[in-house]
Amino acid sequence: MSQHDPVVGADRTTDPDPAGEGPERVATTQAFEEVFGPARDSEPELVQLLTPEGERQHHPLFDQDFDADTLRGFYRDMVLVRRLDTEATALQRHGELGLWAQLLGQEAAQIGAGRALRAQDHVFPTYREHGVAWCKGVDPLRLLAIFRGVDQGAWDPEAHHFGLYTIVIGAQTLHAVGYGMGMQRDGVVGTGDPDRDAAVIAHFGDGASSQGDVNEAFIFAASYNAPVVFFCQNNQWAISEPIERQSRIPLYQRANGFGFPGVRVDGNDVLATYAVTRAALQRAREGQGPTFVEAYTYRMGAHTTTDDPTRYRLNDDVERWKLRDPIKRLEVYLRRNGLVDDAWLADLTAEADEFGRTLREGCKSMPDPAPASMFDHVYAEETDELRAEREGFAAYHASFEAGVS
Amino acid sequence: MSAPAIEPVAPAAERTTERVTLAKALNAGLRRAMEDDDTVLVMGEDVGKLGGVFRITDGLQKDFGEDRVIDSPLAESGIVGTAVGLALRGYRPVVEIQFDGFVYPAYDQIVCQVAKMRYRSGGNLRMPMVIRIPYGGGIGAVEHHSESPEAQFAHTPGLKVVTCSNPVDGYWMLQQAIASDDPVIFLEPKRQYHADKVDLDVTATPDQLFASRVVRAGTDATLVAYGPQVKVAMAAAEAAANEGRSLEVIDLRTLSPLDLGPVFDSVRRTGRAVVTHEAHVNLGMGAEVAARISEECFYSLEAPVLRVGGYDTPYPASRIEEEFLPDLDRVLDAVDRSCAF
Repeated sequence: MSQHDPVVGADRTTDPDPAGEGPERVATTQAFEEVFGPARDSEPELVQLLTPEGERQHHPLFDQDFDADTLRGFYRDMVLVRRLDTEATALQRHGELGLWAQLLGQEAAQIGAGRALRAQDHVFPTYREHGVAWCKGVDPLRLLAIFRGVDQGAWDPEAHHFGLYTIVIGAQTLHAVGYGMGMQRDGVVGTGDPDRDAAVIAHFGDGASSQGDVNEAFIFAASYNAPVVFFCQNNQWAISEPIERQSRIPLYQRANGFGFPGVRVDGNDVLATYAVTRAALQRAREGQGPTFVEAYTYRMGAHTTTDDPTRYRLNDDVERWKLRDPIKRLEVYLRRNGLVDDAWLADLTAEADEFGRTLREGCKSMPDPAPASMFDHVYAEETDELRAEREGFAAYHASFEAGVS
Repeated sequence: MSAPAIEPVAPAAERTTERVTLAKALNAGLRRAMEDDDTVLVMGEDVGKLGGVFRITDGLQKDFGEDRVIDSPLAESGIVGTAVGLALRGYRPVVEIQFDGFVYPAYDQIVCQVAKMRYRSGGNLRMPMVIRIPYGGGIGAVEHHSESPEAQFAHTPGLKVVTCSNPVDGYWMLQQAIASDDPVIFLEPKRQYHADKVDLDVTATPDQLFASRVVRAGTDATLVAYGPQVKVAMAAAEAAANEGRSLEVIDLRTLSPLDLGPVFDSVRRTGRAVVTHEAHVNLGMGAEVAARISEECFYSLEAPVLRVGGYDTPYPASRIEEEFLPDLDRVLDAVDRSCAF
């Protein structure tokens, strides 16, 4: 561009300090922060009903009474899904699974959310929702089968109201919104009948919150007032990328920008997670639209068994989060209040041991699928082309068998 | 002298034949599918009050309501992704991608979710969805409004890909695509939307969806085309006939699965084949068709199978798009080269 370029000239006329280096820049920045608030709020406000020390807290909005059976049930769920996680990790180390996505540390977030669901509510999980699958009655061996490479999810999503694991980050949040829109059309939202009203919960992580699909899901859900709870487990890490690389503000605050409420709950507190998710689901069922729940938690293990978190995070952080262990704090509370005793806990340990045996034996005894099954279920109406490929495959293999005999 | 007998005119409702454009035929096909099945939903940008930028959904929201004809936010992945959820809930969403070049933001949802949901679930889930895409060039549009992405979807197992070339096919094929329990990419040649009117008999027995069709018989060479190129191929065959050369023209209609039986039969008779499409030649549908003809008809071929298509450039500025698009002369030039072997 020449100095006679009229556009350049116009720029100089309107902005005498185009590089923004003058004192006005500082003043403007301060003014912006005064008007719009700080760019970052690093100290989260959490909904918490049980402290890491096992002390019961009360919350003006989300408090509720929990009977002993419910509390013991939460504890049992968390112990067993941690056992599932431990066994699966060991099975991967023994070469029985190709991969495992660990949930260690996220038991309360998943059991709290999972137990808040009614039978008719529908779950759209990511690939780490082993605890929610447990609550929805999906056989844990079906989860192991995916990571063993036997199938890609062979439970019936409609029978369990638990969708298939989704590997592409955040893609399922849109499916959840569409499913919720279907519920609206089916007349099962906001009828006032608690046995009929239904909602959808979409699980995803802090990393997924950066994805376009998740943001589009927020927009669609808000626009159509869809009965969806967006349940984000902020476990602080997207493989090696920290939450600071995903968001400059606490994630739950994003919801406000999309026009629906967001709430941050202590994701290591099963009581609070249950209470908040339950309230959000009820809101959705009643036709009041979406809610964003950020379960603030920590991934104690690796992203998956192929990951090495010692390369990117400090051991001090892990040790600090161990003090917030979701299972320990409930155990302290249960013991302190005489809701469990040594005998009850010993029985649960025995149950977990037996569960572990079932998982190990069940995993190792899973047969590989028949090779020709790779051609199954590509289409509802199979094509002649695929049929011919299947027949060619069979004939090719039969030619070897004929040669041997 | 008595008055002449007057033939009673059938009331409009009883008339079964109407002269329609492709746009009108598609609209009528959608309307009929929605009347026949309450689970059919239409969704996309501007499909409601506006009736779509090409007016394919004109009047549908007025008659079927906002719950069944859904104006969406401007987000293609969102449109397809939410349609996945609706399909999982038991609906049959028909989504409109406004223009071919806008489908790419939805590409992940289409190839990773729509295409694989049934397979992933071991047959537990269905994905009865139609993704309508106005495609191809020749309308003088700006960038991203004239593309031919068919090969990208035909390369994805789990999807079915079809394209109509005329109003009658548009009417029937769209209804059949909606009725299919498999996800169908439905490509509509946008430059044909308002081009020609033909008689549409809504009581006729239609051809089946996933079948190609011989649209002009000939003996000297086989022209294989689909979508907007069928009209070009027919014009080429007409011109060739004036010069004494007889060309057979086949409208593929279905790109995945490919129905090449009629093509093989034809090439075995003519010994020569030219495949034409608007999409880029490199790794395009023509490459697949040519390879399959070579495998099946090797001893019948008098010449290599030739391809005519868009050049391997991005779609150019519209002032020179006529140079990019294969026309009658480029098709006939290929026929000449084939016959010269």
